Amino acid sequence: MAAESYPQDLKYYKEHDWVRLEGDEAVFGITWFAQDALGEIVYADLPDVGDTVTAGAPYGELESVKAVSDVFAPLSGEITDVNAVLEDEPQLVNEDCYGEGWILRVRLSDQAELESLMDAEAYQKFLAEA
Amino acid sequence: MPDGEMSTACREGILGREPRLTIFERSRPGRGAAATPALDVPDKPLDEVVPAALRRTRPARLPEVAEVDIVRHFTNLSALNYGVDNGAYPLGSCTMKYNPRVNERAATLEGFRGLHPYQPESLAQGALELLYTLEGWLCEIAGLARATLQPAAGAHGELTGLLLMRAAHEARGRAPRRIVIPDTAHGTNPASVIMAGYDPVAVSSDARGGVDMDRLREIVAEGDIAGLMLTNPSTLGLFEEHILEIAELVHGAGGLLYYDGANSNAVLGISRPGDMGFDIVHFNTHKTFSTPHGGGGPGAGPIVVGEELVPFLPVPTVEKRDDGTYYLDHDRPRSIGKVRTFYGNVGVLVRAYAYIRALGPDGLRRVSERAVLNANYVLAGLRDLFDVPFERRCMHEFVVSATPLREHGVRAMDVAKRLLDHGVHPPTTYFPLIVDEALMVEPTETESRESLDRIVEAFRTVAREAAEDPEMVCAAPHTLPVRRLDEASAARKPVVRQRFPEDEGAAAS
Repeated sequence: MAAESYPQDLKYYKEHDWVRLEGDEAVFGITWFAQDALGEIVYADLPDVGDTVTAGAPYGELESVKAVSDVFAPLSGEITDVNAVLEDEPQLVNEDCYGEGWILRVRLSDQAELESLMDAEAYQKFLAEA
Repeated sequence: MPDGEMSTACREGILGREPRLTIFERSRPGRGAAATPALDVPDKPLDEVVPAALRRTRPARLPEVAEVDIVRHFTNLSALNYGVDNGAYPLGSCTMKYNPRVNERAATLEGFRGLHPYQPESLAQGALELLYTLEGWLCEIAGLARATLQPAAGAHGELTGLLLMRAAHEARGRAPRRIVIPDTAHGTNPASVIMAGYDPVAVSSDARGGVDMDRLREIVAEGDIAGLMLTNPSTLGLFEEHILEIAELVHGAGGLLYYDGANSNAVLGISRPGDMGFDIVHFNTHKTFSTPHGGGGPGAGPIVVGEELVPFLPVPTVEKRDDGTYYLDHDRPRSIGKVRTFYGNVGVLVRAYAYIRALGPDGLRRVSERAVLNANYVLAGLRDLFDVPFERRCMHEFVVSATPLREHGVRAMDVAKRLLDHGVHPPTTYFPLIVDEALMVEPTETESRESLDRIVEAFRTVAREAAEDPEMVCAAPHTLPVRRLDEASAARKPVVRQRFPEDEGAAAS
């Protein structure tokens, strides 16, 4: 497992998701804090390409050796890609949460929602206070 | 030599020499373990006995093995198992106490074993008397009015209890929707609430591990309260200090109180759920009253209720006539109906009866006193190595956190797996969810002081190994028939069938 980090180029959501903005699309994943809290992830139950996600609503489940947890969408939109590798190698979320362990790519439907996200500094402050 | 080492040596040595094959892989054409007697009736053509159209076209593929192969095969399989008859089993919340052999003797008495569900009441008086008497004892233990012995397990008792709760509300002309459940509750509680058509509402825990009273007051003030489900002591092994206040609050809002009896082993003969204000109580006979666990049953989860709920109890109830005879009463117009075929799992109830009868009131009280003492003894042996989230005296079980081992990269699951190598069944892990890296330990009253010392020593050894050789701990178990299992795949893509080699690759049809 990688050391704790919160890359500067990502945006963060209060349910411990990260967002990488790429034009009108965004890539979602869960943060180092989230994967560490979950523990070893053993199964990912994810939606399909073409499904829509809604900011603040769960879009899938990650099962760790501890428990099954909902994964929340930080932004709304239509799914354009799902990390299919996680089906066989869900532990990538632990090993490389900001890289190989990405979860969804979404075409955003509401750019205004971006304002609700935190930058790396604000997220770390949020973690310290929680 | 400690037990753990001995069992390891056995597994790797003597048992390890016998090849691990399925009974089919042991099969050789023409071998067998059966001898049929000579025909002593007139020989008849097969077509006269079973028409050709109804006969299979090729013989069933049954294993052909000698008797000694069968005996070795199943004896060795049984030796791969681990149960409370093998050693300590401190699996929190499960109360893995020893099951006295006298229970089995009672349950296999001809009068119970040979009983048929359709036997006339006049020929089943002994069994009916036993059920009637057991109901009375459970009422006495719970401090409530009547019981039903029918539910087949604790969760079934929960569902039955909630259906009784609904019937009581309807009789009052109410239809509230919400049932409050602490965030430490067993997962069955919210599941049963959903099954019963209610809405679960979680109440958080306070700094002492009890129900957060301020939060509970807020939830109750929001209204629509059908009831509250509570385990006392809680899954943290802590007695709910505010139970009387909670009962007053919930009753004041028109709600009823459900007692999850999973942790009753802490309070037998000491405190009664009825006196705490509970209206409905379930007991898990396989936990509290030493009936066998596991295998999916059969089990029993009797529920005991207060006067208001008695009219709604499932049919039939067992009743006693003035002349001392017993009968099954199906004529209960306000009953919620049947929840189980016939009269519940009577064989299990006989075992619970035997246990309670053997111990009596004083014996049951000593059960709980020793269960609490044993848990506190083990906790005292571990508190310097693990975090104790709530510094209170524990009841029959306790929860510690394995977070101090995280600096070595070792987590609660690794501790659990490594304990297996030391011959101790692991505790419950990662539950309750409000404690990080939770290890929930329940030694039960039936472990001796020497056995408790071995449990403590096993935990201490694993904690030491976590610091010295964390990679080895994280790869445990090392000495069992299987290593770490892929539990997620096993649950979602179970392989429950092994094909014959010649059928390998053939599509399932």
